[in-house]
Amino acid sequence: MTAMLSSHAMILPVVLPAMLAPLIAMAMRHDLLLQRIFGLAGTVLLVILSMGLLWQATVSGPTVYRLGDWPAPFGIVLVLDRLSAMMVGLTSFLALFIQLYVIGTGWDARGKHFHALFLFQLMGLNGAFLTGDAFNLFVFFEVLLIASYGLMIHGAGQERLRAGVQYVAFNLVGSTLFLFALATIYSVTGTLNMADLAVKVAALPEGEHALIRVCGVLMLLVFAIKAALVPLQFWLPGTYANAPGPVAALFAVMTKVGAYAILRVFTLIFPPGVAATGPLFADILMPAAIATLVLGAVGVLGATSLARLAAFAAIASMGTILLALAAFTPAATAAALYYLLHSTLAGALLFLVSDLVLDRRGTGTLRGTAHPVAQSGLIASLFFVAAIGMAGMPPLSGFLGKLMVLDALRSTATLAWTTILVTSLIMILGFARAGSHLFWKSAAVDDAPPDHPPEALAITAAFGLVAALVALAVFAGPVMGWLQVAAQALHAPAAYIAANTLGIVP
Amino acid sequence: MEYLIAATIGLLTAAGIYLLLRLRSFPVIVGLSLLSYAVNVFIFAAGRLAINSPPIISSAAAGYTDPLPQALVLTAIVISFGMTAVILIMALGAYLGSGDDRINLQGPEGADIAPAATADRGA
Repeated sequence: MTAMLSSHAMILPVVLPAMLAPLIAMAMRHDLLLQRIFGLAGTVLLVILSMGLLWQATVSGPTVYRLGDWPAPFGIVLVLDRLSAMMVGLTSFLALFIQLYVIGTGWDARGKHFHALFLFQLMGLNGAFLTGDAFNLFVFFEVLLIASYGLMIHGAGQERLRAGVQYVAFNLVGSTLFLFALATIYSVTGTLNMADLAVKVAALPEGEHALIRVCGVLMLLVFAIKAALVPLQFWLPGTYANAPGPVAALFAVMTKVGAYAILRVFTLIFPPGVAATGPLFADILMPAAIATLVLGAVGVLGATSLARLAAFAAIASMGTILLALAAFTPAATAAALYYLLHSTLAGALLFLVSDLVLDRRGTGTLRGTAHPVAQSGLIASLFFVAAIGMAGMPPLSGFLGKLMVLDALRSTATLAWTTILVTSLIMILGFARAGSHLFWKSAAVDDAPPDHPPEALAITAAFGLVAALVALAVFAGPVMGWLQVAAQALHAPAAYIAANTLGIVP
Repeated sequence: MEYLIAATIGLLTAAGIYLLLRLRSFPVIVGLSLLSYAVNVFIFAAGRLAINSPPIISSAAAGYTDPLPQALVLTAIVISFGMTAVILIMALGAYLGSGDDRINLQGPEGADIAPAATADRGA
């Protein structure tokens, strides 16, 4: 039993939520308590599973799970390496805190099927991180998107529904582009297994180079939509600001799916060394990432509401990550991964704080005055921590992350350094403005803060994220050492490819 | 036949993109459907166009046509069908709620201020 469980452990992060979600949606649709118990149990199990997978990826390198035992390039495979294990771990960890927050604030009582949709979303995310097949990546993208559509309009409302329609329309266009890219890739190489693609693309004859370059750029466009890279970022502020707070916090990891896919595809299939494409993608990514960072920072400074501020901060963090990724060196990739871990947690925290403020102040607006925030000391301290994290100030992990990114970008210094440092300053200003407006300026209205239940569980969940940020800063050394090995493996993917080859079929 | 297929895909895509840019939910949804038809035919063509051959290697037939794109198309059709249903329901909900089927977010001052706190959180 244990042997069977451990050999099939890799598929469980997909199968477990896939089984649990319909059960919750159908058998427990009228009982919120049962939904909460089963939803939480599912997420806790996912955390335990992902810890196991992290351990497995650390000790045994890339491992392949063949679905239906079809040999690699023909069947669909899941591949577990350090990167995918890390992303699955991050997702389930984040999901646990968000779910506690949701239960604590009673968000799940404001609409139907929250926990089922939440689990479907986790299924899509885990699948997207684990799959080793390009078409399967598309399928899992769709799974996570369709769940996110449901979550986005959870507990609907005028403005949210309209933002939802726009979000869906935009993503449907993205999916269509993805399909065009995949079909072109298949017609050129005759395979969709990512490791197999890496081998085939490297060996393409000269005549096919133009076509494969088109595929690469199409893929980059699709992932850039997901990662909210300028100029494809415009869907993000409207969507995230209108989504329910905890859902937006979960979406913090969705933009990272784009970063993950860019990292995976453009180090494995189209690395800068491959003859067909060369440094094309680095040349596109670098200026786009700089523009993203600048736009995000300026957005933070000019945001009209706290939720929009959090959304622009998320865009800025994507800019930093992709700026480091665009260097395509192991050191920069490791720094980007560290910053990715940090910014996902800090971004989620910021969205949770924005929800707490919205709930206690009645509005998240940063123009004009409103009620003072109930329990303002506690909420202000949370906002302060989230702001320090997102702006990248010491002593939290954001500072270390930015420092490592700067250190890794030393060779391409001037532009990247200037951008990161100047945007950090702009973001500090933006957060300072927002914080003083939210927590100090409200004195202009001499209303007492509205009565509000303390919601201990929700606050605890938010402080859990703070604790995670602190832990990430304290254990930066070992984490970074682990990430460096992961980054080395990404830039020399021989082991990943070898794990996928046909091999001996029993 | 290649020209016919290529022209069809091009025409469907062009019409789809034109409709997408109309900023009203009904044309946008029709445009998205047209785009998904275009991409379905495109995937089908990615396996090369072969007439009168089975999608399986058989000694009775002279050749075979690639079965994988056909499987991919099937997946893509199912997904785009589901997605169209979702956006249709959401667009209907938005339309019935606001009496307006514009797809862009804007409107007066308050529109970009956090999602109507009264309606959502107060409930």
